[in-house]
Amino acid sequence: MQALVIVAHGSHLNPDSSAPTYDHADTIRDVGAFDEVKTGFWKEEPSLREVLRTVESDEVFVVPMFISEGYFTEQVIPRELRLDGWDVSQWESDGLSASHATLTASDTNQRVHYCGPVGTHESMTDVLVRRAESVTGDPNVGKGFGLAVVGHGTERNENSAKAIEYHAERIREMDRFDEVQALYMDEEPEVDDVTDCFESDDVVVVPLFIADGFHTQEDIPEDVGLTDDYREGYPVPAEVDGHRIWYAGAVGTEALMADVVLERAAEAGADVDDAVEIVRKRTRGTPAAGD
Amino acid sequence: MRAGQLDALVEAVEDGNGGDGDDDERGAGGVDFDGLRANRDGDGFRFRTPHTERTGLSEAEFREVAESNPWFVSNWYYWTREVGLGERGEQEAATRHHDGASARHTFLRWAENADDYGVPERYEALAEGVSREWGQLCVTATVADHGERRYHLRHVADADADLSSLDVYTDPLEARSIVTYDERGRYRPLKTAPTLRDGWAFTDLDGRSLVDTVDVVYPATIPNWYREREGRLDVSHWDETAERQTGIYDVVDELDEEAVEWIAESCCVDSQCLKRRMWDKDEESELDADRGDGVFPCREPCSLVVAAARKWTTLEREESRTYEFELTPSEKEQVEDIIDAVAEGRTDEIREADVYEGANRYRARFLRAKRFDDEGNLSGTPTDGE
Ligand code: SF4
Repeated sequence: MQALVIVAHGSHLNPDSSAPTYDHADTIRDVGAFDEVKTGFWKEEPSLREVLRTVESDEVFVVPMFISEGYFTEQVIPRELRLDGWDVSQWESDGLSASHATLTASDTNQRVHYCGPVGTHESMTDVLVRRAESVTGDPNVGKGFGLAVVGHGTERNENSAKAIEYHAERIREMDRFDEVQALYMDEEPEVDDVTDCFESDDVVVVPLFIADGFHTQEDIPEDVGLTDDYREGYPVPAEVDGHRIWYAGAVGTEALMADVVLERAAEAGADVDDAVEIVRKRTRGTPAAGD
Repeated sequence: MRAGQLDALVEAVEDGNGGDGDDDERGAGGVDFDGLRANRDGDGFRFRTPHTERTGLSEAEFREVAESNPWFVSNWYYWTREVGLGERGEQEAATRHHDGASARHTFLRWAENADDYGVPERYEALAEGVSREWGQLCVTATVADHGERRYHLRHVADADADLSSLDVYTDPLEARSIVTYDERGRYRPLKTAPTLRDGWAFTDLDGRSLVDTVDVVYPATIPNWYREREGRLDVSHWDETAERQTGIYDVVDELDEEAVEWIAESCCVDSQCLKRRMWDKDEESELDADRGDGVFPCREPCSLVVAAARKWTTLEREESRTYEFELTPSEKEQVEDIIDAVAEGRTDEIREADVYEGANRYRARFLRAKRFDDEGNLSGTPTDGE
């Protein structure tokens, strides 16, 4: 028996934080590639300390719903899951390339294939593009458009900027959008200056965040100038300084994210047959989760 | 009882693969489960229940006797073939410390009081429905055709409610919509808080779906309860948990024993959380706070408590000071009433016009108007003043 466990941050204050994790788990559960699909959280229940106890399978694929490698993926999750003998060098990562490592959870004796976070997976690039498609309602969006990938910035985690740069660069290489720019909340270039950073009239702004919350629902819309007060809401697209800003909200709520989770598990050796294909088909063109 | 169940029984007797039994019986093979014993006795079959004993049976006679004791056969079949894991399987799983399936099995046995009653009494009770409480959940086990169990789940407050007055669900994951908010629409970050909404029912669940549903409502409570029953619940006490913390939670190990006591008293009592607190300051120092009477244990301080403790750690770094306030005796009592009402979550219950309640809103506003200065300082005494 093989199980998939998606681990995420969760929140004591905001139920939206765990919603995308549940949505993607449901999508994957529906294709039946795993005997069990479970979710565990740092701030919700079951906790990371206990989630493996809720799993009956011997073989467990753990995929972190996090944007970057760093404190959570390297310290908190392995420690709380009690992954025996974990050492971050097992990932042999440069901060972007963690794939997986196989360990035993001392608590349950299960074999755990501990995967790198979803945010640094190459197929996350496609999800960002898909997000632009879903928010504009145009499957061919690109020509005449700029795309801004927004990250938190270095203050919290040096690898977080790496992930933003990485995907921005990959989208640039696609030659699909007229301009692609990485922007940050806490460092230069700042998301406040989005309109200065683009010449295109239309700009899609996609925050590389797992869930909608304080940053994506309150800070960024106000910083970008979509609204003076997030509680009043804002139109999509919104006119700001002569540009049309298509604000997409957290990329993690995009249905296609389930595909990234599956790919992570498949690369770690999960037997998922054609589930990746099915999930891709099912999540293609569907409105984003929560829309 | 279905024909397939009887075939399975005959096969188990032939194979000596009945699943369980006392060690001395095991060598003899056969079936030994919940009062049913069946094996090969010399050349013949033997069939025994607490009320029947037949030996030297041909296979045809064995089938006939078994057929006249359908409850025992279907009971054996349900537990060993459908739920899976006879006792032997359980023991093996237990030694590997990986026991999700054993926990499920044990929980379902608990649901129908299998430890306390024999098969005939249980079948009679199951016909009516056997109900047990799991936190605010009322779990009802019933027996359907051929010994198949069906389970129903409701809020304990709805135990006797008419099904037509409840929202009926069948998919375990739908429970997420029930547990996310309390009845006033507030987010419930602690799943074991005694604020589960009522007005819903899950009907006709099989064993696995029941366990899945309970796991959505009270995550991981079944495996921990199971480990406790097996005598190997691993408890992480406060000190150990606090020392494990890193990052912004690194500071919580500064709290002294008294503060840890206050944490348990404020967060872990039954009025706040239905888990039974098993952790203490450390293995030697028991906390005085009530542990609660919950059926499932709490094996370590939860993330909510650790996050709150972080705030308290910074607050506890402050030294007390002496302030001078002017209050009438009634006003002092009123301040105490207000704190108490907030701490107990009673502010909503206090009626608009009930000015006899210290925590009444008009009384609080009167006190504020009278005793606060323009900066909001009580008695005009600044917080940071010398
Ligand atoms: S520590 Fe345990 S008992 Fe206390 S509030 Fe958290 S879950 Fe409940």
